[in-house]
Amino acid sequence: MTTVLEAINEALHSCMAESEDVFVLGEDILDPYGGAFKVSRGLSTSYPDRVIATPISEAGFIGIGVGMAVQGLRPIVEIMFGDFLTLGADQLINYAAKMRWMSADQVRVPLVVRTPMGGRRGYGPTHSQSLEKHFMGAPGLRVVALNHCVPPADVVRSAVLYDDDPVLLVEHKLLYGLDVRDEADAGEFICKTSDGHYPVAHISLADAPKPIITIAAYGYALHLAMEAVRRLGYEYEVFADIIAPTQLSPAQPALLAGHVQATGRLLTVEEAPGEFGWGSELIASLALSGVTYRRVSRVSAEDMPIPASGPLEGAVLPQVEDIVQAALALM
Amino acid sequence: MFLLATVVNFWHLMRSDDARRRVFVSQLADDYREMLRIRRFEETVLASFSRGMFFGTTHTYLGQEAIAVGVLHHVTVDDIVVSNHRCHGHFLAYGGPMHALAAELMGRTTGVCGGRGGSQHVKWKSFFSSGILGGTIPLGTGMAFARKVKGKGMVFTFLGDGAFGEGVVYETLNMASLWGLPILFIVENNQYAQTTPIGQHMVGGLRERFAAFSIDAEQVDGSNLQQVRRVSGQLTKSIRKTSRPAALICSTYRFGPHSKGDDLRDPEEIDRHRKNDPLQLVRTKLPHELVNTLEEEIDEEVQRAFRQAEADPLADPAALTPPLERTL
Repeated sequence: MTTVLEAINEALHSCMAESEDVFVLGEDILDPYGGAFKVSRGLSTSYPDRVIATPISEAGFIGIGVGMAVQGLRPIVEIMFGDFLTLGADQLINYAAKMRWMSADQVRVPLVVRTPMGGRRGYGPTHSQSLEKHFMGAPGLRVVALNHCVPPADVVRSAVLYDDDPVLLVEHKLLYGLDVRDEADAGEFICKTSDGHYPVAHISLADAPKPIITIAAYGYALHLAMEAVRRLGYEYEVFADIIAPTQLSPAQPALLAGHVQATGRLLTVEEAPGEFGWGSELIASLALSGVTYRRVSRVSAEDMPIPASGPLEGAVLPQVEDIVQAALALM
Repeated sequence: MFLLATVVNFWHLMRSDDARRRVFVSQLADDYREMLRIRRFEETVLASFSRGMFFGTTHTYLGQEAIAVGVLHHVTVDDIVVSNHRCHGHFLAYGGPMHALAAELMGRTTGVCGGRGGSQHVKWKSFFSSGILGGTIPLGTGMAFARKVKGKGMVFTFLGDGAFGEGVVYETLNMASLWGLPILFIVENNQYAQTTPIGQHMVGGLRERFAAFSIDAEQVDGSNLQQVRRVSGQLTKSIRKTSRPAALICSTYRFGPHSKGDDLRDPEEIDRHRKNDPLQLVRTKLPHELVNTLEEEIDEEVQRAFRQAEADPLADPAALTPPLERTL
């Protein structure tokens, strides 16, 4: 078994081995520390000239990453906590995302900014958020979220080696410790992964009847959704399938529409507050692409900051039970 | 015999002096021509704005011409120039096509970026500009990182006194120096951040700001082209040799408004600065006939560029493409 963290780390090693244009920049990423979440561990030992420890200057080194990328390097910028992305928002939205288009395609920006997001570890209001929705819908930026069912190494390699446009790569902190559960090893689930550099996973319970609800989730919420699907099946005999895109923005409703139309009942699950969020956009874009819903709903965090204390945080963030109840309410 | 030697010597002296003078005049004429191209271009932009020829806004370089011409004299094919919102002068001094710049301002298909960028967002060869202060500094510094990796070239990055209000500038100066990156920061201190005089937006010196990051900084009179060229030449030579960043701090003054009509400065103050007009300083050293010839030549070039741009087709919405492919 490989954990998601090991898979990302191995992918970063392989990217650096395959291309001398790959550089890694970030805070505290040198060995032996290897980054706050240890995702970059070993890189500086193997590639000392291409792993750059930065001062605590997110705006500065995201911007420097943009300049490096415009000149043909393939920088990976690690942001220690996703919450700190706001510091580099100008660099991402006004430089990384715009330079190709603004120059009428004279340049490309093959930059990857990867960052851990999400709560459930008691880090409190400024170290627990899922801020990716604020970057979705910025034209020119691709927002991608890892999950444990689409092989994370493949997604990382796509972003670093094959994507010539800027990618914001979101890694939920609780994914790091999960085992990768891909097509070959999905346990009591059947997992099918679509083709392409940023695949969509389609997951259902093995040997179950036809699903009547479709749950859409990304990142760690996929793990919660799978637990909910198990309980819905075994405890309530309500069968659901799950669609889990890795590319969040730009939206690709065409890759999801078939599954949603098959059940007509859609439940979106995300860890961020729901208003103006990913789920809302998914529901709208599927409707615009011709899907007609019997019922539709969403599960998300409360519209408030994330508290530190366990019981409070648990109340603000969506739980498996919330997904189960919301699914039952769609019946 | 003695007399003959003296005559011969004198004759040689006359010849070489004359040659020197010819070189001197030729350099001065080039200087004047380059600055005048910017001056006339910008004057035409300002004058034409009210006629509705352009989209959006503009920030003219009137009065600052000697800086772009003097500094960019040292650009080689491996180098990169990163400019800001006030980019027309930098672009023309870099060698950018005047007609394509005029067309970009007018939103024509033939614009440098097909009308997508307008006045502030220009990309041509290794020239880049963007419209928000501060962010171009890490952009240029990242490019300098790439130049260092590839082992050739350096970056010239322009910023004004106003940009020193942005925190990302300080973050980047720190990293540029820490990592030894080949970049010249050209500070055009025109003494105003939009309408706010420097005394109301900055405390402490510009040079001290660079010193805090162990970056060598030289100060020059930005109206004195020869001085700008000489000192920036020394700095670029040193940057290429040592891969250490450096800064050129130019005192200057813009004769035009920040953008189109937002000028609240005392007209007397502007007149006072016009006495140090970089163009006049060169013009007075040139023969009258040559000045006339140059001015006619440049007037014709500028008018032709604008006429041609105006006759070009407006940018076609059908040519719009998505900023990235929805599916990779």
